[in-house]
Parts: sequence; structure tokens; C-alpha cells
Amino acid sequence: MPAKSLEAQVRHQPRVAIVELEGEIDSFAEDVLNAAYAEAESREANVILLNFNKVDYINSTGIALIVSLLAKARKSKRRLLACGLSSHYEEIFQITRLVDFMSVYPDESSALASGSSG
Amino acid sequence: MATLLQRLRIKRGGLAKRESEVIHIRDVDQLQHVTPPPMDIAPNDPIVAYFLSSPGAIEIDKLHLASPALQAMKDAGVKLAIPLVSQGELVGLLNLGPRLSEQDYSTDDRGLLNTLATQSAPAVRVAQLVQDQQIQARENERIQHELRVAQLIQKTLLPKDLPALPGWKVNAYYQAARQVGGDFYDFIYLDDGRLGLVIGDVTDKGVPAALLMATTRSVLRAVAQRVIKPGQVLERVNEIIYQDIPPKMFVTCLYALLDPESGELLYANAGHDLPYHRHQMGGVTELRATGMPLGLMPGMQYEEKKTTLAYGESILFYSDGIVEAHNADRGMYGFPRLMKLIGEYEGDGSLKDAVLEDLSAFTGTGWEQEDDITMVTLERSKGYGVSQIASRSITASEGLNLSNNSDWQQLAELTIPSIPGNERIAMEQVAEVVEILHLSDRRLEQLKTAVAEATMNAMEHGNHYNPDLPVSIKVLASQAALSVQITDHGAARIPSSDAGNEIPDIEAKLAELQTPRGWGLFLIKHMVDEMNISSDSSHHTVELIMYLKGEENASEKS
Repeated sequence: MPAKSLEAQVRHQPRVAIVELEGEIDSFAEDVLNAAYAEAESREANVILLNFNKVDYINSTGIALIVSLLAKARKSKRRLLACGLSSHYEEIFQITRLVDFMSVYPDESSALASGSSG
Repeated sequence: MATLLQRLRIKRGGLAKRESEVIHIRDVDQLQHVTPPPMDIAPNDPIVAYFLSSPGAIEIDKLHLASPALQAMKDAGVKLAIPLVSQGELVGLLNLGPRLSEQDYSTDDRGLLNTLATQSAPAVRVAQLVQDQQIQARENERIQHELRVAQLIQKTLLPKDLPALPGWKVNAYYQAARQVGGDFYDFIYLDDGRLGLVIGDVTDKGVPAALLMATTRSVLRAVAQRVIKPGQVLERVNEIIYQDIPPKMFVTCLYALLDPESGELLYANAGHDLPYHRHQMGGVTELRATGMPLGLMPGMQYEEKKTTLAYGESILFYSDGIVEAHNADRGMYGFPRLMKLIGEYEGDGSLKDAVLEDLSAFTGTGWEQEDDITMVTLERSKGYGVSQIASRSITASEGLNLSNNSDWQQLAELTIPSIPGNERIAMEQVAEVVEILHLSDRRLEQLKTAVAEATMNAMEHGNHYNPDLPVSIKVLASQAALSVQITDHGAARIPSSDAGNEIPDIEAKLAELQTPRGWGLFLIKHMVDEMNISSDSSHHTVELIMYLKGEENASEKS
């Protein structure tokens, strides 16, 4: 099966960059994800929100990629937030304790409301 | 030489030099302004025998032979010829025109010329051999280069990946002969989910065949997307190819269109070897459809036929390199042996490998392959699909610590080629198979993640992403539990890295004290109720168990 790749769009708001992800987060997603993250960082946002609403598959390699982004964000003192995860992947974020280091919100508006205040 | 020629005061001079079959006369006397025309001496010219039998200088005017070469020499004004003979072979001639003094050549002159001829003949011969060798080396280099070009074209245009269709095993094999032939195969993916399969053979070998193969492939790809029906596809391709094909070349080609849902296969054949269909009830039939090879003549029509592959049935598409392979006793592999082999194929493993093994057993070791060998195999899985649940009870394989000793039913056995990304096919297929168990959405998602992760490990650590080493997945169910057994071709692996006992520590990972990776087995363990690992020297199996009642969910243990 030709792997459907990941697509990412970055929207900049004051202090917040929203990375809208669509597709799959696995080993094929590395370049797209890292490029999107670099773009999100480029305008000095101090909050970066990953929107997983249109992501239908995340595997262990994808988790590792997200951990790497989280490590980057912590180094540069940025907050990384997540929203739009399906209940299954929210559970995986809990099992892996990703939720302890990045807040997870049901949707973009709740993330923005809480994220920009924090 | 110049000094010598001056001393003899020759008007014209030339050195005849033999090149392969024909002898040329070449001008060497750059000091003179008159140049004799180059002259060929045919190998059967009587003068050759005469020169060989008469060592020493020969007065041309006194010679009378029915020889075109002699006449040519006379016309060119040659008065004296001294054959250059080396090892009984005429390697050249020293031709002299009249002396400037108009006097005859003296005995001294002749003596000197004879000495010169005796000494120079071996040198001329050596020079000729060196030149022959250089020509040969250049020719070899050219042939090698051409071979590389042909191989490159072939390699570039054959599909890199095999189609991964749920419930189907598609395999392909191509091995070029030393002198690359014109075999090819291709897979065409239609928008409606159907798969086009192409196998063909271009007459001729080397670069011309490779170029025609490339053209045919492109035209077929373009036409197949628009025209769909195999008979019409070949008809259209023939019209296009016919306009450009070099004389005496043509292409045999079979085009088949598979509907993976129903197993229906439409096909048309432009003179290619007939594929074999192995039936589940036993027996092998040929897929026969008439049609002329592509590029021979315009306005051809191609019969279109249909067959259906039931579960567990397979089809072999192949080229004549297999059936025309010879063994050391010059016996030919032949159609009957191929047909018999397919009939005996049980459907376990791979039909492609079965054919290759049998072919190798037939030809023996040290066989130099005469022609390209090409195969495409299409196999429908035995147990795939919910409607195909095996009614017999089977016990789980030994060595696996099954939680329940009651009867297990095998729901399906899947084969997944080890190609990055294929874990998703595995998980979707298992999800489809277990539909009848009506798992909750949450448990189904957990199972899918566990299957994907275990399959990924099997493809990566067990099979090292070798597409020829598939991962085999068995899905079994009992009253109490569901078992998914994922087997790769790796031997036992070091338990500490594999058993997932170490909990990945996200804090260490964020501090970059641990690699960000290493989540696979951790996830699996949290997704299912039990994970059992077993292995022998050549297989490694991970069994995932999910209870169907009783304990609700493994992840809640954490």
C-alpha cells in the first residue's frame, strides 16, 4: 500500500502557532513534522499547538517523533499543546505519559483559550 | 625506411597489409607524391598462394595469373613486390614502382629488399595482432556498455514494489540472462481498486529490446487507465505500437485485470505463454485467450476471457525462459513439469519460490541461464474473509502459552510482505477478520495498535524489511479469547531488548538520556491482555491475546 503521508499546515497567531496535521504519524512523517515544527518556531511563538483532528494513525515511531518535538520545545522554553486526539490516541498519550508534559485538549478553541492564558 | 626508399629511387611505394580476410594496400611512402590507390586482395585470389610459395622479390610484369589483385597492381604501376610472410601467413606486401633511372632492379637491390622483408614481416605481424586486440577490446567494451544500458532500462522500469492487496499474495520475479532479453512485467493500479497485471516479452535482446519494452510499458500504462477492458487495451496498444515498431520485432503480452473483492480476473493475451490457474478442488487449467503478438499487424482483435479465483487458488504468469531452460543433459524443463508442479503446490509459502526451487533442482548448479526468467504469481489467501471461517478446530501451535485450552478456531491466516508501512495493512485486515466478534470500538482500536506494532517489529527486527520474507499472521478465536499470532523469519532475539520489560521513561527521553524511540513493545503490552513470545532457530512469534469476557482491559492495569 502506498503509504499516505502526513500533511501539515502552520497557522500563526500572536504568540501561538497552530500546526494542523493530516494523515499518519509514522516513520514517513518525520520530515514533514520537523519542517512544520521549524516553521511554527520561526515567528517566536511561545505556544505551539499540534492539532491531531485529522490524524488517523499514530504508531510508536510517531510517538517517538512527538517526544522529540516535546524535547525541542522544552529546550527553547516553549509550551507544546495537543488537541483533537481520538479517544484511542488520547489513551496512548496517557499510557506513554506524554500528557504529563503536554496538555491535551478536546479541540482547538479550548486549547487556545487555556494555552494562551498559561 | 625513408633512406632505403631513396637509395632504391623508387617512384612509388606501398605496403600491403592484411586485415582479417582482406588485404589492403596502404601507402607508406609519404616522401613520394604519387600515391597508389588502396587495394584489397580477396583471400581466395590465386596470387595469395603464389606469394606464399615464392619467397623473395617478384617481378610483377612477368607474372601471368587470373588474379584481380595482380591486375590492380599492374595498373598501379607496381614493378616489384616482396611478400611479407610471417609464420606461413601473408601479412603484407612491399610494392615498388619503377626505378627513377628506368633500369631494372639489381641483384643487390633485391637482396637488400629480401632482407628487409624477412626482418619486417614479424614486426608487421605483431603490429597487426596488437591492432586486432585493440579492436576486439573496444568491441567487448561496447558490448558490455550496451548490456549495462539494457540492464539499467530494465531495472528502472520494472516495478519497485509489489501490490499489497488484502487477502492476496502477489509476487514477482525477474532475473535477466547475461545478455538481457526483453522480458517485463508491470502492475497498474486503477482508480476503482482493480489491479492490472502485465507480463510480456519483446523479441530480440539488449538495448533494442529494452527500448521497445519501455515503449510498450508506457503505452500500456496510459491505455489501461482509460480503456479498462483488457481485450480493448491490447487492441489499442497494438495500434499504437505497430506504427513505430522496427521491422522483425514484436511483443508478446498478457494483460489481466483483477477485482480483489470478488476474485474475478479478466484477461486478454497477445501471443504470450498461457498462464496456469491452480484450482482449489485440485487441477490446473491454462488461461486461454487468442490474439496476435503486438506490433505485427494493425487492426488486430483480442479475445477477452474471464475466470474467478476462489479462496486458496493461484495463477502463475510466466515467460518462456522457465519452460525453455535446459539441464546439463540438454533436456528442457517444459510445460508438463511446470503444470505438474503448480498442481502439487499446496498454497503454503510462495508459488514463486516453489517454481524457482523446482527449476533450480532441474537445471542443477552452475547453470548458465539462457534467457530472462520472469514470473508474476497471484494467490488468493486460503482463509481470508469472514465468510471463510474454518469449521475445523485447531489447537494453537506448541510453545505458545495459551490462556485457554478449549478449542481454537482459526479465523484467518494473512501474509504481509515486509515493506515499510505494511503494518497498516496488517491491522486493517485483522480488524476486518475480527468484525464477527463485535469488539467494542475501544478494544478494536487497542487490538489494531497492538497488531500494527507487533507487525512492524516483525518486519523490521525479524525480516529486516526484506520484501521476500513475509510476516505471517494467524487470527484465532475461542469462546473466551482472541489470539493473534505474528510470526517472522528471525531467530530468538535478546530478551532484554525485546520483551518490553523496561518501561520507557519519558523524562529520560525528554532529557535526551534515552532514545526517543522504544515504545513498540510497551504499547503492545498495554493494548492487549497477554503477550507471549516464542521462537525457534528460524521463526519468532509474538502472540497477542485479548480476553473476550472477564477481565475487561489490560490498559487499566497500568
